[in-house]
Amino acid sequence: MSESNASATRITPGNALRPEDIASSSAKPTAEVAEYALRLGDDSLILAQRLGWWISRAPELEEDVALGNIALDLMGHARSFLTYAGHAWGKTEDDLAYLRREPEFRSAHLFEQPNGDFARTIARQLVVSHYQFELYSRLVESTDATLAAIAAKAVKEVDYHRDHASQWVRRLAQGTEESHNRMISGLTLTWPYVEELFTDDPLIDSLGDAAVLPSTLRKPFDALITALFAEAELQVPAVPGAIGGGRHGCHSEHLGYILAEMQVLAREHPGATW
Amino acid sequence: MVAAATLAARPADPGTAALWDLAATVVDPEIPVLTIEDLGVLRSVRMNDAGAITVTITPTYSGCPAMDAIRDDVISALAAAGHRDVGIELVLAPAWTTDWMTDAGKAKLDEYGIAPPTGKAAAGRVSVGLSVKCPQCSSLNTRELTRFGSTSCKALYVCQDCREPFDYFKVH
Repeated sequence: MSESNASATRITPGNALRPEDIASSSAKPTAEVAEYALRLGDDSLILAQRLGWWISRAPELEEDVALGNIALDLMGHARSFLTYAGHAWGKTEDDLAYLRREPEFRSAHLFEQPNGDFARTIARQLVVSHYQFELYSRLVESTDATLAAIAAKAVKEVDYHRDHASQWVRRLAQGTEESHNRMISGLTLTWPYVEELFTDDPLIDSLGDAAVLPSTLRKPFDALITALFAEAELQVPAVPGAIGGGRHGCHSEHLGYILAEMQVLAREHPGATW
Repeated sequence: MVAAATLAARPADPGTAALWDLAATVVDPEIPVLTIEDLGVLRSVRMNDAGAITVTITPTYSGCPAMDAIRDDVISALAAAGHRDVGIELVLAPAWTTDWMTDAGKAKLDEYGIAPPTGKAAAGRVSVGLSVKCPQCSSLNTRELTRFGSTSCKALYVCQDCREPFDYFKVH
């Protein structure tokens, strides 16, 4: 490992995998695979940053820990995906996370949505964890060995996130009148961003069996959500889908603020280590 | 899915086995009673013709910060015995599971006050949650307090009989 491409965060918590590990042990991804890995990595990175805000602010200490743990898992996935993607362009995970501008991020809009109250965060977690579980359970069959390995690791962790979100949805939906109303409000604010996750585009088509076609995940996703909602006596919100564009770098006003907070240190002090 | 050949084993060759034993002295920084061999994190040790040693380890959870400490400790453990040319290789596949934890490891965990994983991760379609035994009083009358604990790999439980809260190493 040369010092020049060492990660700035290499001695801070949250790094099971170093960029050097994947970069040195894996084949270089094609430009298309790299772009796909960037999407998956950005989704997890932006949500990890969002969830980290909850630490010390969740309704109870256990939830500080739970959301912090989930954020840590997502950060781990993001590091693997970004490192792999960066290998195609001679960039490190830090280059990609800290030095890209907003239009260069490929995350879907759902991941940058504000935390809102706890119920809204849980609604977002519900959608993300079920989507990622379906995605990673299929990505383990990817013809790209590195994507398959990252997915195999991630799917077990995301399964746990799914369980966490489902339990909270049940509890909030059937708790008090207040929690019920907040759950419905959280779901209503979240649902417009569901559609973008399941939208195919030419990049995915070009990847063939290396990627998972997002539209194929919609049916199993809906089946799980429908079953859970039936149990929790909830309805799928009847709201129109929002305009997406995250996969092409068109973001909402929220992402800029997230990046400002996430990137300020790396940009103010280039090459800083701690 | 996973061929038996990919599972960890102490090498048969005495020279490499000695290296394995050195690497196997490294303990988990968060759970210092468990060695990385007990955990199933140590996957293989190889030496090439030029004498370069490669130790392969696998992360427990994607974001587990202990992996860096483990990596450095393996290098130190081998360096202390005079082996300077050591590389650490991190493999993601096959993904780590608590099924790889040794029985000795489970016994040590229990003695340390952390309930070891109950049951197997690689079971059928339905995951069956077995009772978790209190490491203090051995009662099975315990309750999950929170699914996320002090580290990624643990959940927090409480014993309904002796009232003692305790960590449980989750089946993963």
